[in-house]
Amino acid sequence: MQWETVIGLEVHVQLATRSKIFSGASTAFGAEPNTQACAVDLGLPGVLPVLNEQAVAMAVQFGLGIHAEIPEVSVFDRKNYFYPDLPKGYQTSQMYHPIVGPGEVEITLEDGSTKAVRVHHAHLEEDAGKSLHEDFHGMTGIDLNRAGTPLLEIVSEPDMRSAKEAAAYLKAIHSIVTYLGISDGNMAEGSMRCDVNVSVRPRGETTFGTRAEIKNVNSFRFVERAIEYEVERQIELLEAGGEVVQETRLYDPEADETRSMRTKEEANDYRYFPCPDLLPVVLDQAYVDHLRDNLPELPAAKRARFQDELGLSAYDAGVLSASRAMAEYFERVKAVCGDAKQAANWVQGELSGALNREGLAIADSPVSADQLGELIARVKDDTISGKAAKQVFQALWHGEGESADAIIETKGLKQVTDTGAIEAMIDQVIADSPAQVAQYRDAEPEKRGKMIGYFVGQVMKASRGTANPQQVNALLKEKLDALC
Amino acid sequence: MHDKTLTELAAALSAGEFSSRELTEHLLARIERHDGALNSFITVTAEQALAAADAADAARARGEAGPLPGLPLALKDIFCTRGVKTSCGSRMLDNFTAPYDAGVVEKLADAGTVSLGKTNMDEFAMGSSNENSFFGPVKNPWDLGAVPGGSSGGSAAAVAAGLVPAALGTDTGGSIRQPAAFCGITGLKPTYGRVSRYGMIAYASSLDQAGPMARSAADCAHLLGVLAGHDLRDSTSVARGVPDYAADLDAPLSGLKIGLPREYFGDGLSPEVEGAVREAVKVYESLGASVREVSLPHTHYAIPAYYVIAPAEASSNLSRYDGVRFGHRCEDPADLMDLYKRTRAEGFGEEVKRRILIGTHTLSEGFFDAYYKKAQKVRRLIRQDFLDAFDEVDVLMGPASPTPAFDLGAKKDPVSMYLQDIYTIAINLAGIPGISVPAGFANGRPVGLQILGTHFAEARLLNVAHQFQQATDWHLRRPALAEETA
Repeated sequence: MQWETVIGLEVHVQLATRSKIFSGASTAFGAEPNTQACAVDLGLPGVLPVLNEQAVAMAVQFGLGIHAEIPEVSVFDRKNYFYPDLPKGYQTSQMYHPIVGPGEVEITLEDGSTKAVRVHHAHLEEDAGKSLHEDFHGMTGIDLNRAGTPLLEIVSEPDMRSAKEAAAYLKAIHSIVTYLGISDGNMAEGSMRCDVNVSVRPRGETTFGTRAEIKNVNSFRFVERAIEYEVERQIELLEAGGEVVQETRLYDPEADETRSMRTKEEANDYRYFPCPDLLPVVLDQAYVDHLRDNLPELPAAKRARFQDELGLSAYDAGVLSASRAMAEYFERVKAVCGDAKQAANWVQGELSGALNREGLAIADSPVSADQLGELIARVKDDTISGKAAKQVFQALWHGEGESADAIIETKGLKQVTDTGAIEAMIDQVIADSPAQVAQYRDAEPEKRGKMIGYFVGQVMKASRGTANPQQVNALLKEKLDALC
Repeated sequence: MHDKTLTELAAALSAGEFSSRELTEHLLARIERHDGALNSFITVTAEQALAAADAADAARARGEAGPLPGLPLALKDIFCTRGVKTSCGSRMLDNFTAPYDAGVVEKLADAGTVSLGKTNMDEFAMGSSNENSFFGPVKNPWDLGAVPGGSSGGSAAAVAAGLVPAALGTDTGGSIRQPAAFCGITGLKPTYGRVSRYGMIAYASSLDQAGPMARSAADCAHLLGVLAGHDLRDSTSVARGVPDYAADLDAPLSGLKIGLPREYFGDGLSPEVEGAVREAVKVYESLGASVREVSLPHTHYAIPAYYVIAPAEASSNLSRYDGVRFGHRCEDPADLMDLYKRTRAEGFGEEVKRRILIGTHTLSEGFFDAYYKKAQKVRRLIRQDFLDAFDEVDVLMGPASPTPAFDLGAKKDPVSMYLQDIYTIAINLAGIPGISVPAGFANGRPVGLQILGTHFAEARLLNVAHQFQQATDWHLRRPALAEETA
């Protein structure tokens, strides 16, 4: 039987606010346990939540970024359950009236085609703390630094049909939130985590199969692998005449498999109800419009513009718009050198190669966009040759000069275009190479083209690479042919 | 000294008749002498009180006194007080010392008041008799065999007994007004959102409101002026200016339109209480007010709606008492579930457990719409009843409680206890302010007249109550305990 996979994702994005969603405590990662948890985060008796406006703005920006409806009113609800790292015994979330309504995310597949994945809604909520099971001799330690960190949970429709599509969706979300600057998108530190709902059904079937939810997958690669494993498991089960049980599963990257955590029967009744400590969030149109007007250009729009206006290939446009840092770097290089294609070639070629070799992110590039732009400009205006340009790039990379111009100056790489100077060098080379000149003269005219290479090499050597090769070539041909 | 109102004490202190230290020492001695019988305090903070009194005396000497300089009062043990046990009347928090001050505690301290300690209360403010305290029941100063009302029973009894001139209470379904009525003092529940809830341990967040309990409406006005105001730490506190509540106390009442809700004078109301309330209304007529009957047609839904909404919120609010971070923890838990179960089984009393169970049930899948959502709809209807009534009249009047204080142990059945709050509970659901003022006696026990106003009409309520107290002396009556000179 032919099977079709159906996937929906719930992506939790940690918002890059300075303080927590309902308290003034810092959200910085990696502090000593429980040093960034105030009375509110600890759920002490009598404390009350106060909503962080920045978190609201970020959620709305995301909604606008995926062209979602932004409801005028959203409401916080309490999700009640007991867990040691959940200090109040409930998580403040949004169940019935989320801050972001239905929207759409465009994903790009490996063949360059695009697909729209619908977003059901996105809501704000607080993160829980962490339970630490190691180093406590059979006991569990609780670190509440993370408790109260703002999360935006983005819930997709079951629109994805393969692990690759799911990974592409996750990448698209990552790209949008980092473009917006509303999250650092650091998956290793848990800034983006996702729950994956997976089911399979016979191809052609219109109703969904029973789904399993894989909790807390935290990398692009693991999402793909977890889905692949889970799809295979479900198909094997069904083909053997079994049934998929609705349950929560956990992906173990070490064993590369998913394992059952709890079944539907064991599921909590969260007893959601509106949080009486928080007022409904009412967004006036002017506020939403202001955020919309100040939205940066997002990846999909940028990619389209790179193709349509700058004439880049679909591939180049995709690579250069994949992250905000990459796109900003490229656009700066382009602005300085005035040539989109050259800028694209250099950023993806020489620069990306060097970054990859040293494992650096574009933000940490030793060569700034201004420096690279100027370097390209010097090639374009014939100040240096393409070969010299690579030398200049290496020098910039190693910090040997402040700018391309400074390096060209100190290294004497300026291309000689003065005809008189080049002619003098040519005359000298011809005078010093009587044997080669004789060979040239005696050769069949059609073979002379190849033989001119020797003379070009000599002239370039004499000029220490600074002579313009095209010019040298043309002048040499003229002078040698005059001798024949 | 202990027979004076706050207003009189303020005058005596500024006239130098005695110092705040002398006053504080006198009251601490009275607590020492009488509170063994009353049990109105859970914690007496004598040392801190004397230090605060000295500081107030010194500030006065420098001419830097706040609005209520050196005046002693007591705080219901539901308000977090830095460095002082804050138990909420529960074994669960018997070992809990708050690391911060509640918003109102800060305000009272800034105003120069001197806190003598933390008063007894029904556990987590759940009760109408103060018999649900882990620290034992409070006795009514008028009759040690009677309850003081609840849940702010300790505050009411301490004020009535002359242990302290005023106290802070909280009112979720009548917990200021009913004990004020039972103990013959004046108690005001402000409009929801008027006073910050920050640092006030939550019972039912959408209903809880702190307010003053004192010997006169004028005293309540002075206290409310300090307590009221916006607090950025409480999102439900209202950003609205605080008027001078004492400014209009003396405004004449001619032309005042009083409504008597038909539903507040029906079955279950004791004839003695009804008689006292109707006499009080006559006093108002003599002051120039007009009286008419009005209807609050959804009144009989108030108790059922309240006992869905309040326990629902409570079941969630009390989830934090899990033995993990603070408060009671059972001995040697076998595992996490054992820790939760035994901690909560041991730490909470019977009534608290009952309400947690009710609330957990009504919020459960399959019941939420039938209970919680329906109750919220009823709540809106009840609120609308009041708004409609206030289109016709300025204030509503009725009994604060269907009977005077009952005997300790008299109400064994929880539902009969819940029915005690029949005249107070709808006010919290509607969010409007209400005040209870002494209006006579029934079988030797005080009767309270409840006066209700529309949202933020506290100044009007205080004026109406104050005028009654200018025309009558019920509020000046003292139990024998308070008549003693020592």
